[in-house]
Amino acid sequence: MLIKIPKSYELRENKVTDEKIYQDRRSLLKKMGYLGAGTLLSSSAQAGVFDLFSKDEAKTFSTKSLTFAQDNNSDEQILTPEDKVTSHNNFYEFGTKKNQPLELSQGFKVDPWQITISGEVDKPFTLSYDELFSQFSLAERIYRLRCVEAWSMVIPWLGFSLAQLLKKAQPNSRAKYVAFETLYDPKQMPGQKSRRLGGGIKYPYVEGLRIDEAMNPLTLMSVGLYGKTLPPQNGAPIRLVVPWKYGFKSIKSIVGIKLVDKMPPTTWNRLAPKEYGFYANVNPQVDHPRWSQASERRITSGGLFARNRIETLPFNGYGEQVADLYKNMNLRKHY
Amino acid sequence: MSLLILDKLSNKAKENLLKAVIHLASLLPICLLYLSAFNDELGADPVEAVIHFTGIGAFNLLLLTLLVTPLAKKLKQGYLMKVRRLLGLYAFTYAFCHVLNFIAFDLQFNFSLLFDEIIKRPYITIGLIAILLLTALAVTSINYLKRKMGRSWQKLHNVIYLIILLVGIHFYWSVKSEIIEPTIYIVISFILLYLRRKKLKF
Repeated sequence: MLIKIPKSYELRENKVTDEKIYQDRRSLLKKMGYLGAGTLLSSSAQAGVFDLFSKDEAKTFSTKSLTFAQDNNSDEQILTPEDKVTSHNNFYEFGTKKNQPLELSQGFKVDPWQITISGEVDKPFTLSYDELFSQFSLAERIYRLRCVEAWSMVIPWLGFSLAQLLKKAQPNSRAKYVAFETLYDPKQMPGQKSRRLGGGIKYPYVEGLRIDEAMNPLTLMSVGLYGKTLPPQNGAPIRLVVPWKYGFKSIKSIVGIKLVDKMPPTTWNRLAPKEYGFYANVNPQVDHPRWSQASERRITSGGLFARNRIETLPFNGYGEQVADLYKNMNLRKHY
Repeated sequence: MSLLILDKLSNKAKENLLKAVIHLASLLPICLLYLSAFNDELGADPVEAVIHFTGIGAFNLLLLTLLVTPLAKKLKQGYLMKVRRLLGLYAFTYAFCHVLNFIAFDLQFNFSLLFDEIIKRPYITIGLIAILLLTALAVTSINYLKRKMGRSWQKLHNVIYLIILLVGIHFYWSVKSEIIEPTIYIVISFILLYLRRKKLKF
């Protein structure tokens, strides 16, 4: 399948359609204007149907085009449209509702940025914002993203493998695990400041991988998607992408990577250990206590009638590349 | 100014006006909702959006329904009682859409998955019990059955107090970590039940 990545200046066809329907809605709103709708609709906390009305008033974060090698290996899969990838996010630092990260993150400052690689390494180092895009050659990787909430997307990420980054720091023999940490900045991240917005989880968000998982060539440090730098709601300026694990493992807006000798704490496991394990490999055999993991809804285009429920594959379909990592493990116990 | 005009209206006219407002305020959002959802204009995942909107809408309407009696007593406005059934029926309508959304758009008529979910997920089991009870109330709300059932009608319709608690638990158990909103709903439910403490013999 040919996947055409349009340049940022090319107007996308789906955008045009959106605009038309969008304009119709504005006129509809004007017609019912006197209902006092304005005050009701302008609040960003109003979830759901009314959010669409106020979207154009927010300033948008500007992303820039990146140079990269295209992904020619990916199998036939329909990409999730860019506007869906960037408007349906679980990033509790900017609110727990799916549309809130887009709305509440557009002023987020990514430059200057610092990400430090330290711990059990011979050569710890720090990368600045510009170095995120210049130290390694960028490649496109089209991956499936499977959320633990049983929905999924297909996203063209841009980045470099975590292994490249770690090797540069030269891990020593005590490095058994890798611990990741998101930026802690309540001034910029309203979810860290307000318990109501942030869903009552402990910040900063932390995640972890075993060293062999981290070194697997699939494990990606992403700095962009759809040909451009990441928008804040998707984890700008740099995030992890581990395509065979549930989405919450793919930690966003990373400032620290530390190689350690013991299994590090991870945010969702700390919050509800019976629901979220350290490994969190996509596994249709092991249900989440509150929903089945046997199938998923693939978010592409199409409205309410899109027949998008599909079977979930072990390791999210990446078993060939990663099943060996877990060959002697009971994956029901180590979920 | 507008309140002065309202004062001059008869109770029947006030009742009709209020009913018109309730019809409009209940039907308009849900029509807009489905219109947007069918056109894929309701965020990235219209399925989640319609499920959440109708669920919260049903809870809001249930709480409003329970607010009517204490409000009518406090304000000594008997005509308010006449809109209680309408609000209750809209609460049922929203709840029914909520369930239908789940079965049709989320599970996409995968009935084996539905039965699995009902058995394995306590929040879905509780939600199902709540909608079945609410259906019984909606069906028996017509005047003919109300007369025919006599005193047992009131007994049956007191089940609304149980329903509101079930719905609160359903909401609380369905969230991942953001428990503040469901907690607020449960607190409001308890306040509305507390206002009826004599009837409930707390």
